Amino acid sequence: MAYLDHAATTPMLPEAAEALTAQLSVTGNASSLHASGRRARRAVEEARETLAEALGARPSEVVFTSGGTEADNLAVKGLYWSRRDADPARPRTRVLASPVEHHAVLDAVHWLGEHEGATIEYLPVDSYGRVHPDALREAIARNPHDVALATVMWANNEIGTLMPVRELAEAAREFDVPLHADAVQAFGQVPVDFAASGLAAMTVSGHKIGGPYGIGALILGREYAPVPVLHGGGQERHVRSGTLDVPAIASFAVAGRLAAEQREWFAREIGALRDALVEAVRTAVPDAILGGDPAPGGRLPANAHFTFPGCEGDSLLLLLDAQGIECSTGSACTAGVAQPSHVLLATGTDPDLARGTLRFSLGHTSTEADVEAVAKAIGPAVERARAAGLM
Amino acid sequence: MTDTPQRSRPLRVLAAMSGGVDSAVAAARAAEAGHDVTGVHLALSANPQSFRTGARGCCTIEDSRDARRAADVIGIPFYVWDLADRFREDVVEDFIAEYEAGRTPNPCLRCNEKIKFAALLDKALALGFDAVCTGHYAKVVLNEDGTRELHRASDMAKDQSYVLGVLDEKQLAHALFPLGDTVTTKEEIRAEAERRGLAVAKKPDSHDICFIADGDTQGFLASRLGKAEGDIVDESGAKLGTHEGAYGFTIGQRKGLRIGTPAPDGKPRYVLDISPVNNTVTVGPASALDVGALTAIKPRWCGAAPTGPGTYTAQLRAHGGETEVTAELVDGSLEVTFTEPVRGVAPGQAIVLYDGTRVVGSATIASTVRATAGVA
Repeated sequence: MAYLDHAATTPMLPEAAEALTAQLSVTGNASSLHASGRRARRAVEEARETLAEALGARPSEVVFTSGGTEADNLAVKGLYWSRRDADPARPRTRVLASPVEHHAVLDAVHWLGEHEGATIEYLPVDSYGRVHPDALREAIARNPHDVALATVMWANNEIGTLMPVRELAEAAREFDVPLHADAVQAFGQVPVDFAASGLAAMTVSGHKIGGPYGIGALILGREYAPVPVLHGGGQERHVRSGTLDVPAIASFAVAGRLAAEQREWFAREIGALRDALVEAVRTAVPDAILGGDPAPGGRLPANAHFTFPGCEGDSLLLLLDAQGIECSTGSACTAGVAQPSHVLLATGTDPDLARGTLRFSLGHTSTEADVEAVAKAIGPAVERARAAGLM
Repeated sequence: MTDTPQRSRPLRVLAAMSGGVDSAVAAARAAEAGHDVTGVHLALSANPQSFRTGARGCCTIEDSRDARRAADVIGIPFYVWDLADRFREDVVEDFIAEYEAGRTPNPCLRCNEKIKFAALLDKALALGFDAVCTGHYAKVVLNEDGTRELHRASDMAKDQSYVLGVLDEKQLAHALFPLGDTVTTKEEIRAEAERRGLAVAKKPDSHDICFIADGDTQGFLASRLGKAEGDIVDESGAKLGTHEGAYGFTIGQRKGLRIGTPAPDGKPRYVLDISPVNNTVTVGPASALDVGALTAIKPRWCGAAPTGPGTYTAQLRAHGGETEVTAELVDGSLEVTFTEPVRGVAPGQAIVLYDGTRVVGSATIASTVRATAGVA
């Protein structure tokens, strides 16, 4: 079995699994004042400190959520509501977003436009799916006083392109506009330093870095008080209510610490495997088109995204799956039906071409054998998928 | 005659899984028989509803999930293939055009001919599969000379060979119907599904046309074709009333005519003819519905086309009985004469010819000849 879908979820790190199971049988609500509660609270706060350190943030800037989707929703909707309503005389209703965002951001933004009076502006991207700082600057400058927030992901989950986050944040700061970045894919693969980035808010997720499912965090600058999406007991700075998931938080922190510690090793070793995989695919299928920025410094080290002209990504997926190679078409599904990826369409890819994509995403368990399996299988699979054609 | 293909050698099988109980059990039986089975759900609607309503058996997101759940229990890979565009062009638009032309189409036959055993089969073969498996009740019999025959299911009450009558031998060579050769009641199929741990065991049967969610065919046609008021006339051409679209009628229909004046003989009147050209619906007595002969076009044969006239049994609708006919291929059209007159035959319907349990072929009814009174 060659598991090459780490961007969907990556195997849990043994250390993270250990931290999770160690907490599972221990009683204690972190909000309780008695000894059990204090013990739980200590585990949570230690985890918060660990994660903050791994991300270049202050502990008070870590807001635990149920995952990346919730953190994205909290950032986008919460910041929008708070900024829109801050001055009733001058409501800010403009939301700037890249068109290549994950659906957790894209659909939240779209919803604000449909239901909350927001005007959505999608920032232009180049053929690698990258937003240029001047594009953001220009968009804000058109009317700096009506922008509620901007949101641009740190690294694209489909094609792996990195965004110039620091320069984007700088452009936003010139106008006091908060910039949110979904860093779910970036964490553990490229340096992610919240303080140095200048971001207002940043999303990270547990299961993408070898931690558990159902846990994530919004790293949130202390000057921001987004309107909550979840109301309740007032946990997490009154921004995110809900009993804290002590085992998941403790485990997430361990995974986060390891992600930061092993990042350079990961970029070097897994990056080399990725380069070998790209080379193997190009050798077997010379007309395969590498998606995203081809420069190693411009993309995630573990991402390899291809378009195979004349193929259905679905057919390739089926054929590779039958050979024990697990990857993804990289695009969103509706009831399992692949739609042409909004990311590829945004980069100007022809819609028919955009149907023939595959995303290989490597991770900490990837081996040379995985690359060899792809090298062997991809040529015949593409040939066969081409014969099956487009439906 | 020897065996059905499912027992001869292991095949790479693509199982079409609607999310219903029959196709789930069919896929499970194929896997149990040792075939390398992959499940696929066909997404046939561009805008699928989230949940099933009424008696529909496929096409909602919930049905897709049911199919996936069944595949997971059987332990086979599962994919959803989007055939919505092909389905719309080949089945739905054809259905509407046929009604608009005053005919009565059967979209299930059309779907089998154009989608399941064409678009789907072609893609399956290209991807390296040997056969497409469905939950239809029918049998494929492999002859010693390597040719294949389509036969009625062992259980005549469940037989669905009629809707497969459009398949040619090449299509049959790649078709697997694991439900066709056992005598099973619906209850037994459900019990088998239950035994296999398939949650679809209790799912209601589907009856209606799958792309008409609420079962209201007339409403669907009206929404697509709009109102077109015309006359309802008797056989002499005298106007009896008006209608809001000739497509809303089927030959043999009695209800919903809304004719004020009763017939001179006081007997009920039926739709005898639909003329889309002048948007007229002709009504008359039941006796005028008796058909003695018909011409059918676009014949498709399960094997070699017959030469010369022959005697067959014929089936004229999905759940219709058998009737004896003589049929002959004349200039590419099928000329059919009924031994006994039959009632309510509508152009657009398929006639499927049988030799015993064997499907000989099918054709689309183009025109009918009224039975002459007194002629046996």
